[in-house]
Amino acid sequence: MDIFIQQIVNGLTIGSIFALVALGYTMVYGVMKLINFAHGDMVALSAYVGLVLYTQFVGSGMPQAFIIILVFLITALIIAAAGVILERLAYRPLRNAPRLSAVVSALGASMLIQNGIMLYWGPNILTFPIGIFPETSWVIFGATITFIQAFMLILTVVLMVSLTMFINFTKYGTAIRASSINQDAAKLMGINVNMVVTIIFIIGAVLGSVGGLFIGIYYRGIEFTLGWNYGLSAFIAAILGGIGNIPGSMVGGYLLGLFTALISGYVSSVWAEAFTYILLIVILIFRPTGILGERVAEKV
Amino acid sequence: MSENLLEVKDLVVSYGSIEAIKGISFDVKKGEIVSILGANGAGKTTTLRTLSGLLKSKSGQIIYEGTDITKVPAHKIVAMGISQSPEGRQVFGTLTVEENIRLGAYTKKRADKETQEWIYELFPRLLERRKQLAGTLSGGEQQMLAISRALMAQPQLLLLDEPSLGIAPILVNMIFQAINKIASTGVTVLLVEQNAKAALKLADRGYVLDVGHVTIKGNAKDLLNDPKVQEAYLGKKG
Repeated sequence: MDIFIQQIVNGLTIGSIFALVALGYTMVYGVMKLINFAHGDMVALSAYVGLVLYTQFVGSGMPQAFIIILVFLITALIIAAAGVILERLAYRPLRNAPRLSAVVSALGASMLIQNGIMLYWGPNILTFPIGIFPETSWVIFGATITFIQAFMLILTVVLMVSLTMFINFTKYGTAIRASSINQDAAKLMGINVNMVVTIIFIIGAVLGSVGGLFIGIYYRGIEFTLGWNYGLSAFIAAILGGIGNIPGSMVGGYLLGLFTALISGYVSSVWAEAFTYILLIVILIFRPTGILGERVAEKV
Repeated sequence: MSENLLEVKDLVVSYGSIEAIKGISFDVKKGEIVSILGANGAGKTTTLRTLSGLLKSKSGQIIYEGTDITKVPAHKIVAMGISQSPEGRQVFGTLTVEENIRLGAYTKKRADKETQEWIYELFPRLLERRKQLAGTLSGGEQQMLAISRALMAQPQLLLLDEPSLGIAPILVNMIFQAINKIASTGVTVLLVEQNAKAALKLADRGYVLDVGHVTIKGNAKDLLNDPKVQEAYLGKKG
């Protein structure tokens, strides 16, 4: 029973990463019907950027909490800017081109960023230092929650609640939903769809940057291919929940996290990935639109 | 009454190498209801989409209130006072009726209360159903919503693309009455229709579009009695 609860805690922690990254895929897909394959590599980039920033700040005498906040904010800012540039260069020129061109462009952008990281930081694993967060941990129902885990769980929930509020209750959020339903009709409302796309890329990049920093802080070792590994898992999470569906990605992320953790705990961590794909296949067979699926309004 | 609100000069619009509109000219004066008639594929919807900035013209000019708006992007055109209820209604199905209506006022700092109340007076059904998802409405109700949404932008010029298409006859009547009421408040209306009879009864003037050309134009009454129009669009043998 203790293992079970422990794996639930671990699963929710990994799930937080998956969910944050999955939201980036799903939001871009929702509006542009495009899989932004470079998203995972932006996540990787944010881990590297975060590491550089942290190493810069750590000896500066600033309070640790302040350094952490600064690292998260500046990384988010840099990755958001990178996301906007990515969209301008790789996707906007192809907005009216056949779908396949955009997919190829996405793959190209992904490789460019990945190889860029390798060239700049080298192919070897870099390690986040220890002691970024206090070593405190709590025991709840026999399971240990570390300070880092608690931080990740809480920050993720805060971000998701904020995103949900933004999407559902603000003018720009409604504009995003409208643009993902019908871009022409959105334009007829006076919505600048280009601006909506930019906002989407910024939100995706910011959430992804938090995910990337989580990966660095939680697992500590980062390498240039981490974008592919985590990107793919998060992409699967997005599909599990129903791609294009924002709450779906959240659910999919946590579910995949729990699933991976339980397989690691009870079967073997080597098999976790294989089981992930089996789960994906099963879901695609029985619910091709994902767990929450597309929201469809049916006549009553 | 003689001031031109909208003037279209030699407009050519093409999809790739195929010209859908081959140089049409027409004008709409302030306060008028002008109808563009024509069969499927005549270029009616293309004309409206170009006016709203969704399509780029190949050549020609669109002048609105004395300004050339030919190259103005779609989202800015709404703020200039031209809004559209598009072909096939295109309501946002997974948003509520209320959200759809509020989106109509996207270019405004805040949705105008009076306009909103007036819309619910015009279409009381929308008030009853304001919490429902727009996709669950009937075709006629969706058309009411599409018109309401366009009205929330408080347009000077309202473009209506086939408001009677695929709608129960009772509701068609209701919608045309509503268009009349809208026009009586001073909104200029450009109405594209296949239902020529209903459109001409409502309109001041009309243009008949045939494969990308304006073939007949004139006062609505004259058009109703024109044997060519009667034969082609009103099902009467001359």
